[in-house]
This record gives sequence, structure tokens and C-alpha cells, in this order.
Amino acid sequence: MSDSPGTAVLAEGLRKSYRGSAALDGLDLDVPAGAVCGLLGPNGAGKTTTVRILSTLLRADAGRALVAGHDVARDPAGVRRSIGLVGQHAAVDEQLSGRQNLEMFARLSHLGAAARRADELLARFGLADTGRKPAGRYSGGMRRRLDLAAGLILRPKVLFLDEPTTGLDPGARNEMWDAVRDLVAGGTTVLLTTQYLEEADRLADMICVIDHGRVIARGTPEELKSRLGGDRIDVVVRERRDLAAVTEILAKVGLAEPRAEPAVRRVSVPVEERVAALGDLTRALRERDIAAEDIAVRRPTLDEVFLTLTGGRS
Amino acid sequence: MTAMLGRLGWAVADTWTITRRDLTHWVNQPAQIVIGLLFPVMIVLMFGYLFGGAVALPGGGDYREFLMPGMFAMTMLFGIETTFAAVAGDAAKGVTDRFRSIPMSGSAVVAGRSVADLLNSVLGLAVMVVCGLAVGWRFHEGAGRAAAAFALLLLLRFAMLWVGIWLGLVVGRPEMLAAIQILVWPLTFVSNTFVPPETMPAWLAAVAQWNPLSATVAAIRDLFGNPGPAGASFAAEHAVALALAWPLALIAVFAPLATRRYRDLNR
Ligand SMILES: Nc1ncnc2c1ncn2[C@@H]1O[C@H](COP(=O)(O)OP(=O)(O)O)[C@@H](O)[C@H]1O
Ligand SMILES: [Mg+2]
Repeated sequence: MSDSPGTAVLAEGLRKSYRGSAALDGLDLDVPAGAVCGLLGPNGAGKTTTVRILSTLLRADAGRALVAGHDVARDPAGVRRSIGLVGQHAAVDEQLSGRQNLEMFARLSHLGAAARRADELLARFGLADTGRKPAGRYSGGMRRRLDLAAGLILRPKVLFLDEPTTGLDPGARNEMWDAVRDLVAGGTTVLLTTQYLEEADRLADMICVIDHGRVIARGTPEELKSRLGGDRIDVVVRERRDLAAVTEILAKVGLAEPRAEPAVRRVSVPVEERVAALGDLTRALRERDIAAEDIAVRRPTLDEVFLTLTGGRS
Repeated sequence: MTAMLGRLGWAVADTWTITRRDLTHWVNQPAQIVIGLLFPVMIVLMFGYLFGGAVALPGGGDYREFLMPGMFAMTMLFGIETTFAAVAGDAAKGVTDRFRSIPMSGSAVVAGRSVADLLNSVLGLAVMVVCGLAVGWRFHEGAGRAAAAFALLLLLRFAMLWVGIWLGLVVGRPEMLAAIQILVWPLTFVSNTFVPPETMPAWLAAVAQWNPLSATVAAIRDLFGNPGPAGASFAAEHAVALALAWPLALIAVFAPLATRRYRDLNR
């Protein structure tokens, strides 16, 4: 691992325990400048702990981390001048209006034109006409946008987003995704945690799957899909009563236990070599005189990759 | 040297920004502050007129003149709730974390809280003085001694500030405010605030006399020249010394505890 100028976030062997139980168990991370890294993991995997260590809120028990070239333990002030943090819950003063919040955080970040910066961000996130309404009376989506605006006040080099869309309705989620894409176009490095595979798939250039405080797989979404699980075969049968027989056949053809979805009369299984597997499958179906409505060879969804990696827990 | 001055400059600027934040809360939610200011007034009216008639002071004197110094000190003690609610609220809402993740001066978070809460208490005292004057309370020993009395009151408030910050950081849940109130009320009642301890059973009187709140109340009754119990206990005879010693001792304990707790948020 290197800490070349092209690296925005570097973590090596991060460990953190709470009362003897390990939240982080030797976590490594290497995010190139300008990338969007998705930290994907189930609840309790250690995502928030990682973000809190990298944003200087928490001290690691062991390991080291550099953010925008500053060591989080030795130069927390340097890190704080380079980052924005949008936590899991909107961290704004609910008794202040959006503008008052942003002006306060801008002043505290020692920016010259605090009022102008606040106006810019309010306009950019569609909050310009919220007037004096206190943030406590904002909708969930508005509060999230205000929180994101607060995280962007000092034009951070690295932005941490901890589950930015958890609890948002689909409309607000799409707005958040658009906002993140805009940021990336502006060159900001983003480290985003999520439990949603779809989110990581849509936003991230690279994904680190973490579980039990360690990175268990990393790569682009495409790489993860092709490297893990390989191709899959889906069979949709005409008659629901054929499901059991097809499952039996696929168990012989495939690499793992087939997954049956009776509601859509579908069975699917990962395969090693798709042409051979497809041959075996069609022969077996003909022998048993089973009518398939559809047979498809496809790449696994990130969902399936994730389930494989985390052992079915999610 | 210039770096140090620069840092000091930012600490002052950030403290003012945090103070202004609280002042903005007052403007945004005036009802909240007005209720906070009027609550002690209600207690004055309740005790001064409803119960006070039944209280005969052992040394003689007007009950409302006896009561007001107690009410001033009680207002300072209630400050613990204001501080607690603000600190616990910020911790629970993640505002504290936001402050800790931006390049602001760390000490300004506490300094700004102190200035805002002390301003709030000065305002509270002003309201209570007006209320006192309206119900017949006066200071009889000159402006100098009255000023000393107010200084002792603000010292008590400053001690409560550190207790409140510590509690807020330890508890971290603003909904626990009710529990804090349950602790604060007995402290007010088992003191010389409403009745002279001499009228209580001996064991309770001993607790009341050594209550830090009683020290301040006894001292300022003396400084204002208001009627107070004539008792010859050690606590009564050294009231001013105790009114200095108690808050200073509380500050000596809780300021380091609170500071350490704040620093340990990164554990
Ligand atoms: N303050 C804490 N005290 C005790 N345990 C904690 C604390 N914070 C996190 N943990 C534990 O550490 C593990 C990782 O938590 P976290 O980083 O919040 O996971 P995630 O954000 O991926 O859901 C979990 O098992 C969690 O229970
Ligand atoms: Mg989390």
C-alpha cells in the first residue's frame, strides 16, 4: 500500500474494540483521490466506526490512517480542515433555521464570507426559500439536504457520508444520489457507507464489502459481480409442481445450493462453466419432460454477491 | 507567538459564535425563554402569598424579604437544568460531533456555553430582582454589599454550569431532564430557601444547613440585610466563606471531570 498523493484515504490495520468485543478487526482501505468508495456491509459491520475514526471523532486502538495526507491521530486539525462529515443522523441545530445553521458552521470553520457561503449552499440544495423556519420543522429529506450542505461548507477534499439515504423516501433518495454525483463531478473524494447494494452499485466506482470489522472483498461493482459467484443460470418453469424437480437438477449442475423463488416459479444457481452447464441442464429437462418457460444465463446481482460474502446475513 | 495569538483569536471568535447561537435560540423561540424566566416568579408568588402567611420566622422579619434571597439562589440552581438540556441535546443530536469534526477551537464549545448560560442567568436574576422589588424585598446594606451578593450568586451558577456540562455529557440523553429535576428539587427544599432549618427535625436541619445552596442563601441574606435565622451553627457563622468554598470546590471537581469527559468522547 502506498500513500502517494493520488491517495485520498488510506487506512492500515485499524482496530477498535468496545469492552473487549472488536468493532474493527484490522481494517484496510485505500481510496484514490476523486473516487467514490462504497463501504458496504450489514448492520454492525463496523461502517460507522470506520467513518468516525477517519473523521477524527474516535481514536483507533491500533493501526494508522491518513486522510487527504494528514494523519488522523497526529494531525486531527489538518484532517478537519480537509473533510466534510454527514453522519447517520442529521446533525443540525433544530432551533436554528437552515441559513442560521450554515452561517454558524461556516463561521466555526473559519471561512471569510460565511453569509455568502450559506446562501450558495441553500440555493444549491433547494433550501433558499425556507426563510426563518427552524430546521426541526423540516421534512426528513430537507433536513438531510441541510446536513449535506453543512458537510460541504468548507469545500472538503474528502466527504464522508454515513448511510446518507437510510430512512429517506425514494424521491428524497434520488435527490441525494444526484447531489453525490454532482459532488464527484467537482472532484471531491467520497467515502460512503451503505447497506443498500443498489446504492453502492449506482454511485460507487469501487466497493469494499466489510463484515465483522474487516474488508472481505473489494473491487469495482463489475469485478465483484464477475469474480464472486461467476455466472448464474435462472430457470422459470411453466408449472409450479416442476419446481422440486428443477431444483434437483440444478443442484447437480450448479456450484451451490439452488435458490428457489416459488412466487415467480424461478430457480437459480451459480455455475462454473456456463456452456457446459447449460447443455447438462437442457438435456436433463428434456429427459424428465419438464417444460421451461425461460432459461437465462446471467451475471449475479450485487445482492447475491453480498449474500454469498456475508454468509446469508443481511 | 503569532500562532498562539492566532489560536487565541479564533478561540474568542468561536466562543462568540457559539454564544450567539444560544442568543438566536432565544429570538427564534421566545416562548421557551419566557417560560424559563417566569417559572421562578410563579414560585415566589406561590410561596410568598400562598404558604408564606403560615411561616413565622424564629428571629422575626418579613417572610417575603426572607424568601427572595432563596429564590435568587434557586434560580441559579435551576440553571443546571438549562445547561444539562443544552449539552445532552447537542450530544444526542450529533451537533457535538459536528463541532468536533470541523476545524473550530475545541474550548470554544464549553466557553460559548458558559457565556450563554451566564447571560441567561443574569437575565433570570434581573427578572427576579424586579419581581422581588414588586413583592416588597429590598437590599438594606448598600450597593457594594448587594453587588457582592450577586457575584456570589453567579459563582454558584458557574459551579452549576460545570455540574450541568458533566451530567449532560455523561447522560447524553435530553429526555433524562425529568430525572435531573427530581434531583434538583429536594436540594432546593432541604435547605434554608423556604423555611429556616431551625424549624426542621435536627437531622434534616443538619443536612439543610450543610447544603451548598444554603451557604449561598445565608451569605446573601447577610449581604442584603434580609432577615435570616439567628442560629449559631458553624455553617451559619461562616456563611460567606462557605458560599465561596462550596462553589469553588464543586468547580474544582466538576470542571476537570467535564473536561476529561469531553476529551474522552473519542474513546
Ligand atoms: N459506542 C459503542 N459502544 C459499544 N459498542 C459499540 C459502540 N459503537 C459501536 N459498537 C459496536 O461495534 C460494532 C460496529 O458498529 P458500527 O460501526 O456502528 O456498525 P455499522 O455502522 O456498520 O452498523 C457493532 O457490533 C456495535 O454494536
Ligand atoms: Mg452505522
